Order: sequence, then C-alpha cells, then structure tokens
Amino acid sequence: MSILRRRSGLVCRDAVSLIGGYLDGALSPKDRRRLEAHLATCPHCAEYVDQLRATIALAGHQAPPVLEPQTEQALSELFQRWRSE
Amino acid sequence: VIISDDAELLGRLSGGDEAAFTELVTRYHPQLVRFARTYVSRPELAEDVAQETWIAALRGLDKFEGRSSLRTWLFRICANRARTAGQTDKRTIPVDNDPILEQFAPDGSWISPPQAWAHEIAGHVDDADLVRAVHAAILELPDMQRQVVTLRDVQGLTAQEVCDVLTISDANQRVLLHRGRTGVRDRLDRRVGAR
Repeated sequence: MSILRRRSGLVCRDAVSLIGGYLDGALSPKDRRRLEAHLATCPHCAEYVDQLRATIALAGHQAPPVLEPQTEQALSELFQRWRSE
Repeated sequence: VIISDDAELLGRLSGGDEAAFTELVTRYHPQLVRFARTYVSRPELAEDVAQETWIAALRGLDKFEGRSSLRTWLFRICANRARTAGQTDKRTIPVDNDPILEQFAPDGSWISPPQAWAHEIAGHVDDADLVRAVHAAILELPDMQRQVVTLRDVQGLTAQEVCDVLTISDANQRVLLHRGRTGVRDRLDRRVGAR
C-alpha cells in the first residue's frame, strides 16, 4: 500500500471517490492522471471500474423499441383530434 | 431510414402533417413510456403519461422556442406529467457520503475488495437475463437516481439534456448518476458475485 500511495498519491478510498467523475469525463486532467496511475497498479479498484462500466453497458442494451399496433392507432386518433381542435 | 431534423419535423407538424407525427412517435414514444415508468408504480399508467405528453406537446407546439432540442422538450413535458401522475417524486439529492466509502479501512484500503466478475460479463452485455436484471435494478433505485440513470444510461441523453429535463444542476446530476450506477452495480454484484 505504501508503494501504491507513493506512486499515484492516492489510496483506494480516494481513487474510488473519483470514479464517478472519471466515468462521466468530468475529472480535471490532474485527477484523471492520478486515478489512471492508481488503476494501473491496483487490481481491486480497476475491477470496480470495470464492474461499473459493465453495468452501464448492460443498461444501454434494450430491445429495439416497437410501437404496438393499438398504441399506434391510439396516437393517430390523438393526432387527428388535435388537428380538428 | 432518414431522420429529419427537429425544425423540419416541427414545421410539418404545425401544418398538420400526420407522417411527421408518426415519425416522431416512432422515435420517441417508447422512450417516453420507459421514462414515465420511472415515476409511476403501474406500467399502464406510464403509457397514459406518454400519450398525455403528446397531447400537451401538440397543444404547446407554438411555445417550443428551439432553445433546447425537441427531445429535451418532450422529456421535460413528460417529467411534469409523470410527476403529477406518480406523486412519487421526492426530488431528494443524496448529500451523505457515498456508501461505498464505508467499505474502506482507516488507511484507505479496501476492507473487502470486490470479487472479480467484470470480465465474466464484459462479453455478454447483450445477455437478455443480465439486461433484464439491470433494468429491474434501475427501477428499484430511489426516484431521482432512477430517472437520471434511465435518461443517461438507458436512453443515452447527454448530461446537459438530463439537467434540462429534470431541472437540476450539473453537480446534482453527477451525484445522482454516480449513486444510481453504484446502486445498480451493487445489485448486480449480489446476483453475479453470488454465483
């Protein structure tokens, strides 16, 4: 741990607290470099980042949206009512 | 499929062109239903909210000023409708420390390091069971986290669009997103880590 700390200036707790900003591209260049240096040497924190990345990737997968015919019909009627208002 | 731009679609819509409306609802209605679902407890209510959104959007067409994207404007109307329908929106922003930070020893190291499973699912991000589990986990999040994660990670809105839709600051958006993602990851950890 003392070696990790000297190398990157971050302990795991501090690294994890930066991960939210890191994944959202909101870290300052300095913090990003410090975090990336930590991740390169710490398998636990790197795993944690990878798990969050996998979670985000899963969230982005959804069945292609399909409009049910009855929904399409209801929306079409809604539009025609508006047009005749 | 040629995707017309907002201004062109709006012009056609104001002129009563139903094809323009069909193009819009095909693109956005399923997204609006999913988003509305983050506010209301019953799935069928989400469909009602999305349909009310279209009525309000059509009636308010002349009020759309083009300062935000059409998508942002639609989601914003939907959020207002859904808030009224669901009355679940506490609009709480977490201010306490991130719960994950309690998992560290005084020297800042992990008390119990994460089990390794990311590599197991990295190649299976389209696995239907896992995707379902993640979407179910998102619905279990506290209200605003659920809304932010749905808009950002499920529907792909930008941070700025989410701030505009939910009328929250960028800092709050970031906290809610991270807390929400962490919550979903924890639920996934209990599921995958336990295998």
